[in-house]
Parts: sequence; structure tokens; C-alpha cells
Amino acid sequence: MSAVPLRAMLRPGGLAWLRRDPRLVSLAVTIALFLGMSAAGGVLYDGFLRPQVFLNLLIDNGFLLIVAVGMTFVILTGGIDLSVGAVIAFSTVLLATLVQHHGWHPLPAMALVLALGAGFGGLMGVLIQRYSLQPFVVTLAGMFLARGAATLVSVESIGIDHPFHVAVASLRIPLGGGASLSAGAAIALLVVAAGALLAGMTRFGRGVYAIGGNEQSARLMGLPVDRTLVQVYALSGLCSALGGVVYTFYMLSGYSLHAMGLELDAIAAVVIGGTLLAGGSGYVLGTVFGVLVLGLIQTLIAFDGSLSSWWTRIAIGALLLLFCLLQRLLARRAG
Amino acid sequence: MSQATALAAGPSLLRRALSHPLSWPLLALALLLLGNGLFNPGFLALEWRDGRLYGNLVDIANRAAPLILVSLGMTLVIAVRGLDISVGAVLAIAATVAAWTIARTTAGGQAGLAPLLLAIAAAMGAALLCGLWNGLLVVKVGMQPIIATLILMVAGRGIAQLVSDGQILTIYYAPYAFLGGGFLLGLPFALFVVVGVFVALRLLLDRTALGLFVRAIGHNPLAAHVAGVRARAITLSLYVFSGFCAGLAGLLVSSNVASADANNAGQLLELDAILAVALGGTALAGGRFSLAGSVIGALIIQTLTTTIYAAGVPPQVNLVVKAVLVLAVLLLQSPEFRARLRALATRRTGRPA
Repeated sequence: MSAVPLRAMLRPGGLAWLRRDPRLVSLAVTIALFLGMSAAGGVLYDGFLRPQVFLNLLIDNGFLLIVAVGMTFVILTGGIDLSVGAVIAFSTVLLATLVQHHGWHPLPAMALVLALGAGFGGLMGVLIQRYSLQPFVVTLAGMFLARGAATLVSVESIGIDHPFHVAVASLRIPLGGGASLSAGAAIALLVVAAGALLAGMTRFGRGVYAIGGNEQSARLMGLPVDRTLVQVYALSGLCSALGGVVYTFYMLSGYSLHAMGLELDAIAAVVIGGTLLAGGSGYVLGTVFGVLVLGLIQTLIAFDGSLSSWWTRIAIGALLLLFCLLQRLLARRAG
Repeated sequence: MSQATALAAGPSLLRRALSHPLSWPLLALALLLLGNGLFNPGFLALEWRDGRLYGNLVDIANRAAPLILVSLGMTLVIAVRGLDISVGAVLAIAATVAAWTIARTTAGGQAGLAPLLLAIAAAMGAALLCGLWNGLLVVKVGMQPIIATLILMVAGRGIAQLVSDGQILTIYYAPYAFLGGGFLLGLPFALFVVVGVFVALRLLLDRTALGLFVRAIGHNPLAAHVAGVRARAITLSLYVFSGFCAGLAGLLVSSNVASADANNAGQLLELDAILAVALGGTALAGGRFSLAGSVIGALIIQTLTTTIYAAGVPPQVNLVVKAVLVLAVLLLQSPEFRARLRALATRRTGRPA
């Protein structure tokens, strides 16, 4: 991902790349939107342009960022994963039960949760790939299954007070000037870096783009399409489980109703980040800005204080519409 | 001789019955109801009391009414290779618009049936607009159906909360309660709404060429267009119809509980509707559809819910059971899975099928 657009943007010669590669237009619009909204916030509200406000975007949306990176890969292949919110909920509940009720240390519990998440995603991938089922419906069933399994483990919310877990959760990494980052946000940034490398620099990443571009051609080129498809869903499951772990740092609890509807936010972030829903085109960096824009909407509404919370949903819907229309426009011009 | 023909006719009749597309969903529903009847002898009992029919069966049908309506709309949208995941949000919008209208008109001192008619008109108008919006995005803009309806799914509950000002609107107006809770000829009024929509739809699809057109679009949109089927207009109107069904369901739900909850009304309804459609034997890839199948699918889901509550199992099991059901139905619909099953069966019996 980022290697390509960054190099293109930093190249001298102005904005000529925009005309050469319409795919970058989406990304540029997203970044411009983020900068414009930040500037508007700075003009309208006192104290908006402090570094901590922007770091808080990462702290409050770390789990969403992690999940959205996994979702980016799924959407790049032309698929979709609706189970992510439910997998987060299941991960938080399982982690909390193991730590609080069964005396596990958080670290092995996290390892188990991550393995289960990847396995669950992989299983859905196998169903989608081997029996050519629609990703939408299979992951929908996965959502029911994970949410149901979470409530079967525990209906009530379980607070986590293990000293190690609390220590990690309250850890603040100072960045100078009084600003700091939480452990969850740091993990999210690492995931973004890993995702960017995976998409842009590896054989797996090229396979993902090729499948999204044209699955038939990818197969004819001899790419391991079947294996890659399963891996993509396993990766999304892993990201969701990791998102769940980060969620427990953020909330210090496991609850089967955590992260309700998060799949919609993740999909919205990916779309706003400029990834084509038909697959084959998009960048992990775009998804980062998609998540930041979503977070910024909430921050702006919180700073304003007079707007009700439901304006968030309406604004996200409007942005989704805007970016879908933009994608159609670009696709029409390119085609 | 006659015995021999009877023996020969027996299996072939059975085979023909089983090969009917509705036989499997019907069988599943019958087994569910019978199982309930075995464990709980009073389950299947119907009782005529005070000029009304009482019993679990009536209750199941009544509670399933909103889901059946939404599933009917969803069936036709899926039949033309679409999908409408905004139905839950549209239901919430219709419910809050109805409640809001009633609160406004009754506060103004209007009595009689005027508030009822106004509320129905306003709610259905809003629902039709939502359907039109979805249809325009799919047909005119050319968005993928999931994404086009995702927009309204995300924004819809926000819009509903905007109407209700974030409150749960309670309805203090007796005539409105008739829609979702009243009885006509001893049966719940909601059932008449469902039967009315179903019969009208069947007449429209079977007595005109519309049913054929819908199948043609679902099997091959391009070929249908070339053959002169007005595919875009039909697809658009099917999205409007899906909005209409969700709006009707919103009226029934809000009337039944005498309130409208913008946040929770119709939550996860889109998933139940898709499940009902899949259970009824409609191909999720489009083309082949069955309205009666979707009705049976919705009844299966409601029976399952009632069973789980009646059996005293934690209601959360419901989600897991539904997930397993979806996967089973999907796998049975998948040609690859069938081929594998057939290969397994052949190997076991040792002769080619």
C-alpha cells in the first residue's frame, strides 16, 4: 500500500499523478477531508488542534482500526466480513472468563483467543471458497454464531481486574509535550504497519489484489487463489480477535453486547478510505484515514455539545453515500 | 395387479411430493410443531373463547406477521439479484413516524379516526420514500445492492432518532392498537394484513407476466433487458415494494407494543428476513424464488423462537441455532456440496447414481 501512494505523492511535479492514477484520487479526497474537518474543528472550537485530541482518535478507535485493516484485505478480494463485531464480543467474553473465573494469566488467554479468532475466520473462508457460498451470508451466520457463543459463555458483563491486564490497560506511552498513547493504540499502529507491508510488499498481498481484480485471471496466472482466499478470512478473524483483546484494554470488561454494529463502522471506514467494494483497488493507509474521519466526526459532535449523538450515524451515512458516488464516478471515467 | 400399481405409485408419489420445492421447509415446520406437541401436549391446542381463537399456533402466526411481510419484500428483491439490508432501519423509521404523527395530531385535539389514517399515510409515505431511495441508488447510480442499502441501514436509525428526538415514543391512542393487536372474525388483524399482501402479490405475479419478468431478470439481467423486459423499472419498483413491506411491518410492530423505539425496533430484522427467504428455498443468487416458501421460512423462525422460550433454554441459544440453520441451508443449496455428498453416497453404496 502506502509505499506506492506516498512515493507518488512526494514525487516532484505537482498533482500530475492524480490524472495518471484515478485510484489515488479517492485516497487524496479522504486525506483532504480529514485535514479539512480538522481545520474546521480548529476554527470552530477552542483547544481542538491539540496533539492529544488526535492521539485520542487512535486511543478511542484502536480496536476499530485493527478490525478495519483486516476488513480491507477481505474487501480487496471482493468479499465482505460481517462477523467482526461479534468476534470482538466473543473474544472479550472468553478472555474475561478465562482470566476472572478460571485463573488464567492474561497472556496465554490472549494467545488462545487470537488462535480461535484466526481459526474461526479460516473456517468461514473454507466454506466461502470450497462451496462457493456468498461471503455476505456465510459471515452473517458467523456473526450469529459468535454472538450466540459469547452469550452462552456469559450473559453478564465480566469486569477484568487482573493486575497485569490493568497495568497494560493503564499504560500510557509518553510522546513528549504531555501527549501520550495507550498500549491499544500502539498495537493498532503496529497492525497498520504490518498490514501495509503485507499488502504492498509480499506475495500474499499481490495475490489479494489480483483476486480482487479478476479471480479468473489470477487463477490462470497460477496464483494460489483458493489458499489466499481462506487466508484472507483467517487474517480478518485474527484481526477481530486482536481487536477484542484491545477492546478489553479499553473497557476492562468482557460482554456479549460489546461492539454491536462495529462491522458497519469497519466497512464504512474501508469505503471512506477509498477501497473499491468490488475489490482489487485500495490501500491500508486509506483505511487508516477512513477510521480517523469516523473518529473525527464523533469528536466534532462531542466538542460541539449541542448536537445529538444520532447525527453521528447520519453523518457516517452521508459520507458513505458521498464516497460510493465518487467511486462510481471514478470507475465510469476510468472505464 | 392393483396392489402392484399401488406399491409402484407409493414411492413415486412420495418422491414427487419430496421433489416439490416447498416440501422440505414444510416438513421442517411440521417436525418443529410436532416435536413441540409431543413435549408439551397443550402446545397445539386451539381454543375458542370470547369470540376469539386462542392458542400457540395463532400466537406464532401473529408474532411472525411483521417478519413474513418483510420476507415477502426481501424475496422479490433477492429474486432480481438484489438485497435490502435496510429493512430494519426502514421499519424503525415507519414506526417512529407513525408514533410522532399520532402524538402531534391527538395533541391538537383531533378525535375519531383521522389521526389513525394520517399516521398510516405518513408512515407508509416515509417507507415508500426509503424504498425509492434504495432503488434509485441501485438502478440509477449502479451501486452494489448491499452497499446501497447499507447507507440507509447506517443512517436510517439516526433519522428515526431525529424524528423521535432520541426518545421511545409511547402511543396513547386506542384506535391505533387495532392494527397489531386487534381481532377480526376471531383472528388477529395482522394475519389479514399478511394474507391480503400475499394474495395480492400472487395475483400480480402469476396473473400477469410480472412473475416471469422477475425470474428472467434474476436468471440473466442482460438477456432480460435484450428481450425487452423493462428490467430497471421492475427492479426499482421491487425495492419500493420492499420498503412498503417494511413500513407495514413497522405499523404492526409499533401498534402491537403501543410505542416506537428508534434504536431497537426491527433490530437484526434484515438477517431474520434473509434467513427466512433462504429457508423457503429461494436461490440467494437470484432467479428462483418462492413467496410461499418465505412465509413458511418466517414461520419456522418464529416457531423456533417460541420453542426455545417454551423449552426454558436460554434465549441466546436462538442465535446459535439460527446460524447452524443458515449454514445447513446454504450448504444444501451449493452445487459443489451436493456433488460431494453425491460422490460420498455413490462410494458407500458402491454403484454409480
